[in-house]
Amino acid sequence: MNDRDSPVSEDELHAYVDGELPADRREAVAAWLAEHPEQAALVAAWRAQAESIRARFDSVADEPVPERLKLDNLLRSTRAIRRSWTSVAAAAALVAFLAGGTAGWMARGATAASPTGFETFTAEALDAYKLYVVEVRHPVEVPGSDRAHMTQWLSKRLGYEQNIPDLKSLGLTLVGGRLLPGPTGAAAFYMYEAPSGERYTIYCAKARVPETSLRYKDGERYSAFYWVDDKVAYVVSGPAEREKLEAVSKAIYDQLDKGDTKKS
Amino acid sequence: MATFRQDVEATIPALRRYARALTRNADTADDLVQDTLVRALRSEHLFHGGDVRSWLYTILTNLNRNRLRSLARRPSLSSLDDNDAPDLAGPEAGGRDIERALATLVEDQRNALLLVVLEGLTYREVAEVQAVPIGTVMSRLARARVQIKSYLDGERPALRRVK
Repeated sequence: MNDRDSPVSEDELHAYVDGELPADRREAVAAWLAEHPEQAALVAAWRAQAESIRARFDSVADEPVPERLKLDNLLRSTRAIRRSWTSVAAAAALVAFLAGGTAGWMARGATAASPTGFETFTAEALDAYKLYVVEVRHPVEVPGSDRAHMTQWLSKRLGYEQNIPDLKSLGLTLVGGRLLPGPTGAAAFYMYEAPSGERYTIYCAKARVPETSLRYKDGERYSAFYWVDDKVAYVVSGPAEREKLEAVSKAIYDQLDKGDTKKS
Repeated sequence: MATFRQDVEATIPALRRYARALTRNADTADDLVQDTLVRALRSEHLFHGGDVRSWLYTILTNLNRNRLRSLARRPSLSSLDDNDAPDLAGPEAGGRDIERALATLVEDQRNALLLVVLEGLTYREVAEVQAVPIGTVMSRLARARVQIKSYLDGERPALRRVK
């Protein structure tokens, strides 16, 4: 029996469409299909599927690579996060500049639905911010005056030593904190308040997301800085006023950095 | 080492394309690529030769699996809603159909199909990415094609009811 007469299996038809057949067999299958219109139609349908998939997505590979995905920038920002706030902030500024053109603060369900670990985490943090920041009577579970108890309680629930930053130098008083469900377990939520009434929050939890470049998200009404350090993810949220939020985030980052020994 | 990074860099456009097709959302896709690259850079010392491209596809595929699992734990949104989210790429009607069809596939079948028809990987390479025998890749591919065909041939009403 020569190739031309041997029966063609469905596997072979797929291999034929995907260019996985050796040349001689390819010819045999082509000849066989000429005499089997039903299978030929199937093959045509599979090819059409592949064509529409390529027509839909191929152009993505021709787009310029966004700055945040360039290796130099990734290397710089992953290293920077360990080094100092200054270089981290530089990386963040870059990200913010680029993010401005795209979706901005992609709040709403769509973000919460689609994310990688980090997206989930920041979506949760923003949800918490929006929910509690407007709360007048019960914004927190434990008041800031009870700091020692809160530290002990949340350290126990989150499974690592809490270091609650003191932001008095920026005129921010600790309103208090609460325990929240995070994407992968318990999360701590701390709220600070300025004399003018603006509120800033820190949302943090152990995270399984890789230690990654710091990102800044910019929205119409709220913004956030977020980073992962030593298996703990932090999201600092506040009113959409970049300089202030950056100053607050810097102060928090510095204090947590000093308290680093406790965590490891 | 320089070669390693050059190889990674050269693969980024293709990774973005694959991620976009997997997630059907531009920002989610780039987040996925970013996490893939961060992980690859951190594991550079673990890479002892071989095909960088397949390795990156493997990382991305696995990260996407984790992403879908964590989504599954969130009760509020179905995958159909996810698919209805606006796409920045502004698809034409035909593209929309194929996107919806892809969304109805079982994850492993979608991965296999996209790796073969969009990314041009061989069956053997896909088998490595998915850590399964070639026969399994082929049956995933076959099932994906049957499912897409029946979806495009007009079984949409049945899916509407799920929503």
